[in-house]
Amino acid sequence: MLSRTADHLYWMARYIERAENMARVLDVTYNMSLVPNAAVSESALWLPALEISGNVDAYEEEYGEYTAAGVIHYLAMDTGNPSSIYNALRNARENARAVRVAMTSETWENINALWLEFTQFIGQDLAKSGLREFCDWVKARSHLFRGVCFGTMLRDDAFSFVRLGTFIERADNTARLLDVKYHILLPSEEEVGGAVDYYEWSAVLRSVSAFQAYQKIFSDTIEPWRVAELLVLRRDMPRSLHACFDEITPILEQLSGSRHTECKRLAGELHARLRYGKMQHIFQKGLHEFLTDFIDLNNKLGAEVHKTFLSITAA
Amino acid sequence: MAHALHWSLYKRKTHTMPKLPLSFFDEMQLLPTNADEVSVRGIYAAYHHWLKDVPHHQLDSKRQEAELLFRRVGITFNVYGETDGAERLIPFDVIPRLLSAKEWSHLSAGAIQRVRALNMFLHDIYHEQDIIKAGIISSKILANSQYRPEMFGVDVPNQIYAHIAGIDLVRTSESQFYVLEDNLRTPSGVSYMLEDRKMMMRLFPELFRRYSIAPVDHYPQVLLKNLRAVAQPGVLDPTVVLLSPGAYNSAYFEHAFIAQQMGIELVEGQDLFVRNNAVFMRTTQGPQRVDVIYRRIDDNYIDPLVFNQNSMLGVPGLLSVYRNGGVTLANAVGTGVADDKATYIHVPAMIKFYLGEQPILENVPTYELSKEEDLQYTLAHLHELVVKEVQGSGGYGMLVGPAASKKELEEFRLRIVSSPASYIAQPTLALSTCPTLVEKGIAPRHVDLRPFVLSGKTVSLVPGALCRVALKEGSLVVNSSQGGGTKDTWVLESDLELESLTNTIKTTDKEVESVC
Repeated sequence: MLSRTADHLYWMARYIERAENMARVLDVTYNMSLVPNAAVSESALWLPALEISGNVDAYEEEYGEYTAAGVIHYLAMDTGNPSSIYNALRNARENARAVRVAMTSETWENINALWLEFTQFIGQDLAKSGLREFCDWVKARSHLFRGVCFGTMLRDDAFSFVRLGTFIERADNTARLLDVKYHILLPSEEEVGGAVDYYEWSAVLRSVSAFQAYQKIFSDTIEPWRVAELLVLRRDMPRSLHACFDEITPILEQLSGSRHTECKRLAGELHARLRYGKMQHIFQKGLHEFLTDFIDLNNKLGAEVHKTFLSITAA
Repeated sequence: MAHALHWSLYKRKTHTMPKLPLSFFDEMQLLPTNADEVSVRGIYAAYHHWLKDVPHHQLDSKRQEAELLFRRVGITFNVYGETDGAERLIPFDVIPRLLSAKEWSHLSAGAIQRVRALNMFLHDIYHEQDIIKAGIISSKILANSQYRPEMFGVDVPNQIYAHIAGIDLVRTSESQFYVLEDNLRTPSGVSYMLEDRKMMMRLFPELFRRYSIAPVDHYPQVLLKNLRAVAQPGVLDPTVVLLSPGAYNSAYFEHAFIAQQMGIELVEGQDLFVRNNAVFMRTTQGPQRVDVIYRRIDDNYIDPLVFNQNSMLGVPGLLSVYRNGGVTLANAVGTGVADDKATYIHVPAMIKFYLGEQPILENVPTYELSKEEDLQYTLAHLHELVVKEVQGSGGYGMLVGPAASKKELEEFRLRIVSSPASYIAQPTLALSTCPTLVEKGIAPRHVDLRPFVLSGKTVSLVPGALCRVALKEGSLVVNSSQGGGTKDTWVLESDLELESLTNTIKTTDKEVESVC
């Protein structure tokens, strides 16, 4: 298929996934803010949401203080923030529009309808009301998008690039989320375990739809190292790093065919770490170190995918 | 009575048109002999019978449903010069235009004849130039800016230049059709022919049971077959692609739609490159050879090495590969010389010269303003004439005399005097009207017709056309960029059947009403 077409499909899927993850972060942060807790200031509560999306400085320049209203607007609707939900969905739709031929008409109509529906939220003050509905809507739309791709697209390269975009983005997002929250997941000197920590941990789990899974698998109180294990190493947890690479590796092998590509090798290497790694060792070396290294390599993988398949200068 | 409202509007408007001719031929009904009596054209009898009992609000809700569906599917176009780059819908009218089998066979035979002659002309003008030697067309044509000297002596497969031709037809009476212009460069609008039909079948399935309407949806297949047939000799399984300027072009929806229907890649200039006298596209599996390019980019932008150097849309080196027979372009480079308004005048003569036949379809009488006599006449009768720029398209460089203000007339007069050869003039045609749903009800609006003639192995058309309608009351300009809309065109399969149909409808009045 055309490199440009593959590029648009890949980024369409990445942007939808990005919007979903952003909505998840907003949703749980908002829920946290409803838990009565005098110790946590408004800015301490909302700053992590910005850290996850990696644009604290840009926010500060524009808004100054970390208020709920400011962060919500910045992450959801700000047209100047390249990774706001607004821009993610807009870019997803523009990418789709550029290659509507390469997808099924259902897929295109779905993503076009998504954008048309989204415009009804523009101008709404989400911090005041409607944030929950908005986040639910974004998540539901993302589910619908994946469903319509899965249910209607021919299993050809186009489908592979859509899936590839979804999982590379998701791996990045899950790793960032964990990294920002890693300090609460590390066993601290004082024995914590109060209600607030419980809410923090459960919020992390909920933000990746893993709360129920946790209960089901461990049927026990929420332990930080188990949360980390669930999101890093458990392959049956669909938003874990391991699960993402269970998808990514075979896709890259199939797309590469008999070619020896760096992206195939790199994916294999990362996959092996997740497949054969032990949580104990990861904690010993430092979860933060492990995650930053992972995020770097996952980015590098994205760059390699570009170089091998998508770059239009590669004649 | 709901219907009384919308029909009263119709009757009143047929005789209150300022400045323009007093009456127009209407596709549906004949002129009322007196105020109460309406006589419906035979072909429309069953439709009229159905329509007269449908309340206005019901039609309007169908129209809204169509708009919603079109928006959802993303059948939009971009308007040049609008700052917000807003995507707009081309207004769709729910009342179809009908053509009888007999009318269609006349029109299609005429359009095919015309396109055959035009293709022969293009081959001739880029080779022996017999038509100039025979003194039928002046050698001045070689100085026309649309004439591409680069194409001289270049052989194209099957000697076909205009693979896709849009022939614009207008009607002024029961039997009189005129060819308004030939579109041989990158004619657009066929997606509306196909999508309007789909929409009508969805909105009014009961009408499709009642009429036997010739299907059009095989158009992409016919086109693909023709495009594969014009690959360079020796290519067994040609790769065909559609070259588009990209998502910001006003006709992007159409490019995407047709490529999808044909199952071919929709490419942009940046996806293609030239190497070793061949064209390749960049794919995820490496370069892939391209044999036929259905291009929707104008000549001027197709190859920055030869034409417009600032073009980001084209493919550097494409023309050289094309001239050496490494790839086929459809339409060919240089077809503009044949659909130029100055050349248009000579098409009937071309038909006689190349085919030895009498033209089936007539040209609109045309004044060439490069001729002194015609110029003087035009300047004296500016308020009655339509003046067009020779190389204009899209209704931009055009004056409709009877509808123009004094100021507009004077401005145009100056433009003509400063460069008479850039213009032609034609009498203001009393374009036929067709009932159209407007805000206040059903009213007559002017229409034209663009069937698409496909040439490759054979020359043919699918039985249908783009019907454009000028939605502004009294307006004769149907271009979408000027506020025109579209209608579905129904070509009836057989007229015999129609007569019996009309009879049955008359006898089963009650049944018909219950359907509505």
